[in-house]
Amino acid sequence: MAESAAYAERGVQLATGKINVLEGGAGTPVVVLHHSWGGPGWLPFHDALIGAGARAIVPDMPGWGASERPVWAREPRDIAIIVARLIEALELDDVKLVGLGFGGYVAAELATMNPSRLAALVLVGAAGLQPRDGEILDQMMLSHRKYIEESFRNAEAYTAYVGEEPPDDVRDLWDFSREMTARVTWKPYMFNRRLEPLLGDMHVPTLLVWGKDDKVVPYECAEQYQNALPNASISVVEDAGHVVELEQPERLAALVAGFPED
Amino acid sequence: MFIGHFTERPYQDPNSGYFGATGRNLMDLAMSNDSYDPKLGADLYNRYLDERVFAEEMGFDGLMLNEHHSTPFCMGGVMNLEAAILARITKRAKIVLLGNILPIWDDPLFLAEELAEIDMISRGRLVTGWVRGTGRESVAHNAVPPFNWERFQEAHDFIVEAWTKPGPFRWEGEHYHYRYVNPWARPYQDPHPPIWIPGVMSRNTVKWAAEHRYPYVMLATELQPTVESFQYYDEVAAEQGYEAGTQHRAYLFKVHVDETEELAEEAGRKYVQGPSNPFLEGNQGIIRPFIQNLPGLTQRNNLLPTMRSFAAAASRGRASQHLKDKEGKAQAAPPPPRDVYKDQTEKLSIISGTPDTVIPKVRHVLETIRPGTIFFWDGDGAMSHDDQMRSLRLMGSDVIPAVREMSKELDLKGPFEVDPAKDAADDAPQEAAAD
Repeated sequence: MAESAAYAERGVQLATGKINVLEGGAGTPVVVLHHSWGGPGWLPFHDALIGAGARAIVPDMPGWGASERPVWAREPRDIAIIVARLIEALELDDVKLVGLGFGGYVAAELATMNPSRLAALVLVGAAGLQPRDGEILDQMMLSHRKYIEESFRNAEAYTAYVGEEPPDDVRDLWDFSREMTARVTWKPYMFNRRLEPLLGDMHVPTLLVWGKDDKVVPYECAEQYQNALPNASISVVEDAGHVVELEQPERLAALVAGFPED
Repeated sequence: MFIGHFTERPYQDPNSGYFGATGRNLMDLAMSNDSYDPKLGADLYNRYLDERVFAEEMGFDGLMLNEHHSTPFCMGGVMNLEAAILARITKRAKIVLLGNILPIWDDPLFLAEELAEIDMISRGRLVTGWVRGTGRESVAHNAVPPFNWERFQEAHDFIVEAWTKPGPFRWEGEHYHYRYVNPWARPYQDPHPPIWIPGVMSRNTVKWAAEHRYPYVMLATELQPTVESFQYYDEVAAEQGYEAGTQHRAYLFKVHVDETEELAEEAGRKYVQGPSNPFLEGNQGIIRPFIQNLPGLTQRNNLLPTMRSFAAAASRGRASQHLKDKEGKAQAAPPPPRDVYKDQTEKLSIISGTPDTVIPKVRHVLETIRPGTIFFWDGDGAMSHDDQMRSLRLMGSDVIPAVREMSKELDLKGPFEVDPAKDAADDAPQEAAAD
């Protein structure tokens, strides 16, 4: 496994604004869409993807991080359209699209609209569907710290990763990102009833990865995705909550690398 | 000078457990309505209406109402309903709404119609103000916080147009869409009811009010930041090419008068008791800063000087724009004062006493801020009906007449004496004629 693979940062200019992209490795293109609380930079998970033979492409979604805000965007589908344009602009083919949480919601919307460049879809604790019984944890009713803490499998895992006190730039990231999240999914919060009916004709092989202790998006959503999609399977990751990429980076990278099976 | 009366109409339920220091969680937006008693609610709504009628009898020029949601500290969840009743049961006083929470209205045409009806029933006594609301309101009626300011402005523009432009017309805005705007009810006042803007520290809102020449009502802010906010209003006015005056300045502050100093202190202390109210400085209620400061609700780096005082800001319900404060840690907060009532009386956040001691303090406020409009915030917190009635009587017999005299001496003219929408020069001939 690579210790710290080299990566580059660049801006990709689209008509809708500049998209900031981190990129490293030279293998199978894997595009990773971050959580609602923003892209935390280059992660061990991205190194692990490269180590497993991927070219990891990690954009800040439009309106998040260093990517320009599309002030007109009103729902995650708008974000998905721009990400699809980004994949076009980068001329990526046979992409494995990995969506984390809210990024999974965007990835699912993208796949229903424009699956032609996708080889696989990996939805990790993905939002997007209204849980049958439960609720998606509403960050708007929680402090930043509490919400992120709930995203880990337990408080110890949170502290081990974030530390006792989140650094100022991390808090800034969370705060900045929440505003954009509110702009596109304040209500309904984190789901779209117009997504599920479109999943039935989305034939890209899909892996639904759920942390065993995900307290943000209920596991039933994995089953709902599986039921709605014609070609999907579920993989549950032990010792992980909602942020599988932070808690089990190697394991998640291996799942992505091994999917779909030849 | 225009002199108004205000109370938040608190839900006072001594049995609820969240009335005063009882040990029950007083966290704002964390209290269930499961213990709400509609029979008590009936008594309280009628009590507050009765007090307003008496306030009019005692000589108040205006009866101010406000609106909050999902909270016991203000029963005015449907303020316009109370306004409609007052329109019918009062005769002379202006009904001052400060204000309707524009961003939470998905159909502002309804609002335009309601207010026009109230204006007609009152025969032109409506003063209509607009607010953006706090995080509480955006949560309760689920309005998207980042669009709060856009919706405020568009709803305002739409309502004024619905009141003034002959219909039918079409409205295709960013947030509101109508294919047929032609409200049959039009306001009694021509061109429409006066618009006043209440607020605390949003620089945006002060600027916007000054650009529209709307009187700005500072809500119980401390004296020096209030002065600075009005100075900012004056600066914007100058940029707009007019000179702002006392007719543009309004100030709400806590004033209670009583028969003896002992009674005044007993009643005055009740300001900081009663149901959880983050707007009553020193009250035992606790706010949740991350809800009060919902994402995008208030723009960063866009605050008035009030924010310099953390304690005051926290009491106003917007602890800080700083993230550490948003997290609810409030590391920068000083320890609470030993006696919150004494502390507030010393800095004139609460003025309570007999007429002899109250009147000089009110004079100090008027001299410092120079408002043309004031509202006495009274009968709140845990104050009883008797507390309020004693105060209203003494307001009528002593305080209001004294304030009218000093306002003449200090030349503090309200917006019904000098039209805030016109230059002073435009009014001069009329004033001369009136003299």
